Amino acid sequence: MRTIWTAMMVTMTALGAPPRPIIVASKPFGESYILAEMMAQLLEARGRVVERRLGLGATEVAYGALRAGAVDVYPEYTGTGLVAILGLPPERDPAAVFARVASASMARDGVRWLPPLGFQNTYAIAVRRPTADSLHLATLSDLSRVAPSLRAGLTADFIGRPDGLPGLARTYGIRFRAVRALLPAVKYQALAAGAVDVIDGYSTDGLIARYDLVVLRDDRSFYPPYQAAAVVGPSLQREDPEAVLVLTELSGRIDVGTMRRLNRRLEVDGAPVASIAHDALASLGLTAAAAPLDDAHAGPAAPPPTSFVAYLGARRPAILADTSRHLLLVALSLGAAVLIALPLGVVLTTVPRGAEGVIRVAGMLETVPGIALLAFMIPLLGIGVVPALVALFLYSLYPILRNAYTGVRNSDPSTVDAAQALGMTPRQVLLYVRLPLAAPVIMAGIRTAAVLDVGTATLAAFIGAGGLGDPIVTGLALADTRMILSGAIPAALLALAVDGLLGGVERWTGRRWGTDRR
Amino acid sequence: MSTPRPRIDGGAALRAVEVSKRYGAVVALDRVTIDVAAGECLALIGESGSGKTTLLRSFNRMVEPDAGTVLIDDQPLRSLDPVALRRRVGYVLQDGGLLPHWRVRRNVALVPWLLREPDAEARADEALRLVGLDPTQFGDRWPRGLSGGQRQRVALARALAGAPAVLLLDEPFGALDAITRAELQDTFVGLRSSVAVTTVLVTHDVREAGALGDRMAVLRRGRLEQVGPPAMLRDAPATPYVAALLARGWSR
Repeated sequence: MRTIWTAMMVTMTALGAPPRPIIVASKPFGESYILAEMMAQLLEARGRVVERRLGLGATEVAYGALRAGAVDVYPEYTGTGLVAILGLPPERDPAAVFARVASASMARDGVRWLPPLGFQNTYAIAVRRPTADSLHLATLSDLSRVAPSLRAGLTADFIGRPDGLPGLARTYGIRFRAVRALLPAVKYQALAAGAVDVIDGYSTDGLIARYDLVVLRDDRSFYPPYQAAAVVGPSLQREDPEAVLVLTELSGRIDVGTMRRLNRRLEVDGAPVASIAHDALASLGLTAAAAPLDDAHAGPAAPPPTSFVAYLGARRPAILADTSRHLLLVALSLGAAVLIALPLGVVLTTVPRGAEGVIRVAGMLETVPGIALLAFMIPLLGIGVVPALVALFLYSLYPILRNAYTGVRNSDPSTVDAAQALGMTPRQVLLYVRLPLAAPVIMAGIRTAAVLDVGTATLAAFIGAGGLGDPIVTGLALADTRMILSGAIPAALLALAVDGLLGGVERWTGRRWGTDRR
Repeated sequence: MSTPRPRIDGGAALRAVEVSKRYGAVVALDRVTIDVAAGECLALIGESGSGKTTLLRSFNRMVEPDAGTVLIDDQPLRSLDPVALRRRVGYVLQDGGLLPHWRVRRNVALVPWLLREPDAEARADEALRLVGLDPTQFGDRWPRGLSGGQRQRVALARALAGAPAVLLLDEPFGALDAITRAELQDTFVGLRSSVAVTTVLVTHDVREAGALGDRMAVLRRGRLEQVGPPAMLRDAPATPYVAALLARGWSR
């Protein structure tokens, strides 16, 4: 065995490993998708193999993955780097901030900030025009006067980060009547519909103009500059300095007008990200304008199908691939959880004390929010399928463990008593009496875990593990409702199917062994 | 251990010597000494909490006494492997304790199967006939599908199928209606005329104790009040408690 392994290693080394694809990532909003796609297509045009991991969780997930070497490059903003990633105090001067962030990131994480792309995308606190007119709002100082009577709809990111709401509260004394956490994709609709009065937009968003919103001026210069730039992880710098050089071709080439136009094509016109990026690179002269678009990236060349059913039909191969990936995630994590939790639950019934403690620890895992658990995994396991499997495995433990323990422990006492009194050994009692009697309860635990797993697995898309969460995350980032539904509906159907199937197995075990026998 | 399997030929003699057992502050048995002769049926009678079930279960080591000794054929139970011992001692609970996921035949064949006897199923059928059930009719049925009386007959058959040296019955007819109980008592009496196995029967029904027991033992708060043939207890009660208990029982 060992010799074969050694021989394989030698052969592999001799042949030389195939070139590793460069992993390009983005955060889950439209502008980040466009910039990442431009980087990816530029690298491909220069002969590199690229793997896309678009729509990663948020700053913690994307930067954590970069630092851990699971991602090679993604677009980030200097202000975010300064305040949210490095935890430094805000500064005003763009050049100073860039220099500060670049040297601190390199020193701390070995991460390199390439020269900025050429535009700033700062937070834009926006209100409806009638609101601004009737309340005479032009600046954030004006807002602080009336904020106690207004409702804010802010991204979760903004609510928490120091250059977000906490900073506004400190600098301007802004306190809203109510704060609601909203996804970027729905903020604008919520504001337009009057569900909230204030939102946090990005200054480059195409929707600010479309909804005729008023952006309130930062009259005390609270915000640091948010210059967009590519951030490059340590391994790419080491392995392929040429590719890093290629990425700098974008530096200084995208001004704020260009970025707004690209965002508007995505957010207002609903054009595919790949064609927006393709056209942008061509018009910058970075790629040949005539280069035909690879079908896989271009999306439908014809105008997208109008009916939802036709849309689903067109996306069927992608939906099937996402569904099978989703099932794989659920099946593997659930299988591993059954293999561990079932024997553990049974063993715990035989220990005099401490069992409840062990089960509670598993229960506490359940209370860790999915995205947080996934974020914790990144330094240890990077991003992709492996950390997703581990997280789903951890979530599946509790229901299986709890039901196995309770089911085996609570099997009918007089049946167990009779079995013992007639000369069964403890092992025989477990094998022939307790386990069969507990089978329906054990199955119910596995069923609960499976249904939860199908739901939680949609979060795996935030760390690039794919599955039916992929179209949901992408659709949310791009405000594409049909794409969201093309993930959400199969996920819901899958949950129902898994529940129905395992419910059948549960009833069968009940008839086969349990108490509802006639 | 290669002890030959005991046959149904009178069974083993039981003896408890100065047996005490307490559960926390509750004294379940207080220095109880009693003999059960081979082939005899001893009826243990007393109120709830008198210690009769505790005494019964000390005969198959389901209860370990705090003090005193229990012997089977003059061998201390402590020197025997409890699992091997229990396979020689039949046991019936009030609600039967049949395994709900096993068919009747497999339930009855339990002890022969545990003893790895090749003819376990044949022995099960034989035991079913002994308690008045037709194996072709009942062997393949599930416990849930049986009436209460049928379930207790199956439990009795299961206790007998391993050809035990001793039979321990814990209120085996207690949960049945009066008519079914009388039928099962008749079956039991008939059984004992063909199979003279040493039997300890726990009951709180004085009439049942009198009808089925060769001797009766009255327990009260963990102490033995009196042991003797039913007629002796009735005619010469040793304590006012025994007198009252028996008077109440027979006047019903």
